[in-house]
Amino acid sequence: MSTGLVVMDPTGESVPAARTPLPLPASVAGKVVGLLDISKPRGDVFLDHVEGKLKAAGAEVRRYSKPTFTRPAPTALRQQIAEECDLVLEALAD
Amino acid sequence: MSQRYVVVVKADCPTCQLITPVLEALAPRETVALWSQDDPAFPAVPGVQHDVTLKASFDLGVEIVPALIAFSDEEEVARCEGWERAAWQSILEDSALGAELPALRPGCASLSVTPPHSERLRAERLAARRVTLGQEEDIQEALFDRGWSDGLPVVPPTPERVARMLEGTTRDPAEVLGDVPPNLVPVTVEKVAINAVLAGCKPEYLPVVIAAVEAALLPPFCMHGLLATTYFSGPMVVVCGPLAKAIGMNSQGNALGQGNRANATIGRALQLVIRNVGGGRPQGVDRATLGNPGKYTFCFAEDGDPQWSNLNEDAGLPRNANSVTLFAADGVQGIVDQKARTPEPLCRSFAEALKVVSHPKMVQAADAFLVVSPEHARVFHDAGWSKETVTKTLRDYLTRPGQELIRGAGGMEEGLPPALAERRFEKFREGGLRLVRAGGEAGMFSAVIGGWGASGTIGSSPVTHEIRL
Repeated sequence: MSTGLVVMDPTGESVPAARTPLPLPASVAGKVVGLLDISKPRGDVFLDHVEGKLKAAGAEVRRYSKPTFTRPAPTALRQQIAEECDLVLEALAD
Repeated sequence: MSQRYVVVVKADCPTCQLITPVLEALAPRETVALWSQDDPAFPAVPGVQHDVTLKASFDLGVEIVPALIAFSDEEEVARCEGWERAAWQSILEDSALGAELPALRPGCASLSVTPPHSERLRAERLAARRVTLGQEEDIQEALFDRGWSDGLPVVPPTPERVARMLEGTTRDPAEVLGDVPPNLVPVTVEKVAINAVLAGCKPEYLPVVIAAVEAALLPPFCMHGLLATTYFSGPMVVVCGPLAKAIGMNSQGNALGQGNRANATIGRALQLVIRNVGGGRPQGVDRATLGNPGKYTFCFAEDGDPQWSNLNEDAGLPRNANSVTLFAADGVQGIVDQKARTPEPLCRSFAEALKVVSHPKMVQAADAFLVVSPEHARVFHDAGWSKETVTKTLRDYLTRPGQELIRGAGGMEEGLPPALAERRFEKFREGGLRLVRAGGEAGMFSAVIGGWGASGTIGSSPVTHEIRL
């Protein structure tokens, strides 16, 4: 495996060096969850299903979509999601 | 008693080449180990070991080749670096050795002390965890993402850079300086060096950074409380002594401002140690309501004004010592007085400005530093006023009746209990007002730097700590 630059850890080394995902919320009830449609065909069908499940669990759901799956989400869209949502679901699939 | 000898050479050294006959004579001896740093085919004799990693040379501490080291019962008993015929003959107990060669030829630098090998070899001895960044990661973004930055770009702390940084001190990288709050994590000289690299320090600044960390961990400074407080303050570092000039610190024009690498990075390195080693982060244990921009870095040098005592002398150190003074500081408040030409009116101006530290009606709370500029200092010098005289006058001018300070006085609820109305109060506690000289030649401007509202035994006292090189 090819690797990048090696640096020395400046911290107290009390957490693992590998970055870990943020902890999952205990519940989505009362949270605003953003669903980002990356604009692949029939992604909306899948997200409709996810939206139903989230609503049943007590979440408020907001839908967003990228203009095209070929490029990263525009900065304005990322900032809008960050402002409006507590959580976001985004995935890449074919 | 077992005798053995190690000889280290490199092909790219004319002296090593010159002594080829000696090496050929030694090669058959069982007690002699021959190491070649760069070319296993040199010298062209059997049994030459190639020190391809240079670890053997490094571990032996070889600085010059050719090197001859003698061991008796595994204790080093003699060493000669370079070719000194008499020494080699004596160590190897062979009076005919190299008789045809010149008496003396200096050697060449060992590859193990030559960059980049020297840094790699020194870095291998360091203890801190190595973190491998992803090949596709942008290095700067990766360091931001890991939370190692104060918000500004940092220098990637590669093992080689950390090894170079540690050249700035004679202290053992493994030496523990104390426990850094808030998580009370033991901090080594090596961890300080890593954060000094992040901050952008040169190796020659490292002793100052180490002293600043040591000072911050002294109990009277109360670094834990200073970090955790909702108050504005953070550690300010004032460097006093010839070292400040030697490493290029600024004590003159814009001393409290931007643009000087040593001032900027030494103060920043201290804050990064608190952040990274101690785990003290804004909106984490750092509960500051507003903070202040000095929490990125706040460090300057004291001017060597010969007419006033300096911070060394104020702390009982010799005038020419090197020290850091740490103060739990807020921001800078300017004082303009362009009219005073005698000490008393200037002290009146200073006193009015000092009165408002924390709140005009608060007394015996925060400490303060008064940074006196050259043009203001001149007014005192012309009148023959020492620092002590100025300080005493300011304390007199800052002593006020309780009626002005009690709750409700001046229409302000903030204030002392009404029962204290008949007493008089000094603004600052004993030792709570400190004077320091700095600034550019032009401008009748001085500065008040107010401190944390919790001073002295209930909070932080300024500390002066000597710098060890």
